[in-house]
Amino acid sequence: MSDLAIVRFVKPALFSVCLLPVTCYTFWFFTDSLGANPIEAVTRRTGDWALRILLITLAISPFRRLTGWNRLAQYRRMLGLFAFFYGCVHLSLYIVLDKFFDFREILDDVIKRPFITAGFTSFILLLPLVITSTHKMIEILQHRWIQLHRLVYLIAMLAVLHFWWMVKIDTREPAIYAIILAALLGFRLVFYLQRKMLKTS
Amino acid sequence: MLLKVIKKCDANESQVTDEALYIDRRKFIRDSASLTAVLMIPALSLYQTSEAAKLNFKNIGKHKFSTDEELTSLDDITRYNNFYELGLRKGDPKRNAHHLKVTPWNVKVDGECEKPGEYGLEEFISPARLEERIYRLRCVEAWSMVIPWVGVELGTILRRFQPTSKAKFVQFFTLYDPQNLPGQRRPVLDWPYREGLRIDEAMHPLSILAVGLYGKELPNQNGAPLRLVVPWKYGFKSIKSIVSIRFTEQQPATSWNLVGPREYGFYSNVNPSVDHPRWSQKKERRIGEISKRKTLLFNGYTEEVAGLYAGMDLKEHY
Repeated sequence: MSDLAIVRFVKPALFSVCLLPVTCYTFWFFTDSLGANPIEAVTRRTGDWALRILLITLAISPFRRLTGWNRLAQYRRMLGLFAFFYGCVHLSLYIVLDKFFDFREILDDVIKRPFITAGFTSFILLLPLVITSTHKMIEILQHRWIQLHRLVYLIAMLAVLHFWWMVKIDTREPAIYAIILAALLGFRLVFYLQRKMLKTS
Repeated sequence: MLLKVIKKCDANESQVTDEALYIDRRKFIRDSASLTAVLMIPALSLYQTSEAAKLNFKNIGKHKFSTDEELTSLDDITRYNNFYELGLRKGDPKRNAHHLKVTPWNVKVDGECEKPGEYGLEEFISPARLEERIYRLRCVEAWSMVIPWVGVELGTILRRFQPTSKAKFVQFFTLYDPQNLPGQRRPVLDWPYREGLRIDEAMHPLSILAVGLYGKELPNQNGAPLRLVVPWKYGFKSIKSIVSIRFTEQQPATSWNLVGPREYGFYSNVNPSVDHPRWSQKKERRIGEISKRKTLLFNGYTEEVAGLYAGMDLKEHY
């Protein structure tokens, strides 16, 4: 596919797909299709999508190496920013519709409740990555940019922990995300070790 | 030139019977007839049994303990449920409601009492009068509802079995039926679900056994045909689909306490100043509302029940 086609078609298409969940949930929210507790539903679901898109972002590099489909790298930033976008909506819903801007309560939650500590830390750590996501920043930071953006592994682990510690009893769903994340990180470890062995031999 | 004029009565392509089906039409008719017959069997038996266990819901008086707050809609009460026997998500119990077989239904009472026994549902509740009790329900998950229950006073029912002086507690058990109840096929909780009250809590006039809501029999997802309602405690204490009650001398084991003793105490009285380890209990969202309201001590029933806990440290006995 030509570069022009990517600019003209693939990116906007992917952009629209990433907007689908938030569009659907907004529509369902205002048409009363989210059950008896719609606020809880949208808060949970936007959190789900933040985590899912983050994991998809992390899947790009391994997938690229396996398939040699290098074009994929062009979508990584957009996906990462969408993970941040859903994280923002998720956090905003908590601040506005769960806590009603009661910052004392929020601080209490962040300090006292491990699952909120994990989720909140994960969000805060995303901020420097978002700020440094421009081409200009990559040029300025150079190899330190790569080091900085390794934070995403910690962010993903904290996000999975956030979900795991939140559920009351049924850990099947967070376990699935944990397994996917372990696989994605495991692949990187294998690749790293392979490269190291090649160098030494 | 040949023009085909389409008339209204012409069959279009989609209405033409498939050739294979046409050739096999006799078999098709035979099969559908026998399928209909098979489908009718459960429908017939359901009709008969539900007739047998009919309770009389006419002329039920509203009890003085009823609140005059706005009722939560029947739709919300019956589509947002925690009933893990029928699935873990809030919408599952409604979807899986048909798996709970409520007829016939017997309740067994034993333990520290003079007259243990087992009765059919109607017989079991017959000593007491059906009343409408509009109670607040506060879930441990920080949401709440206002529900017009139809039920009988628990104490009236329990006294018939003449608990002895050794009966310090009452334990309740939900139906154990893993063949029918999909949730019980996975060890999420230690089945069957069980709950317990101190005997004075059980005998308190606020405690009821509900058999209906909104003037009709309980929908299965709300704990049909017989459930406990203890409005000053978190919802999970109000055990659903009860088949057995036991008077005990020792404090009985309760399901959520077995799973997480730090998170779910035996008493589990609604208390805004004792947080759940993972979330605050200071506020609650009334289902159907956007903003949150303050949670009240004993779910607003302090005047009635505070005496039960005089001298007790509620932070320790959460």
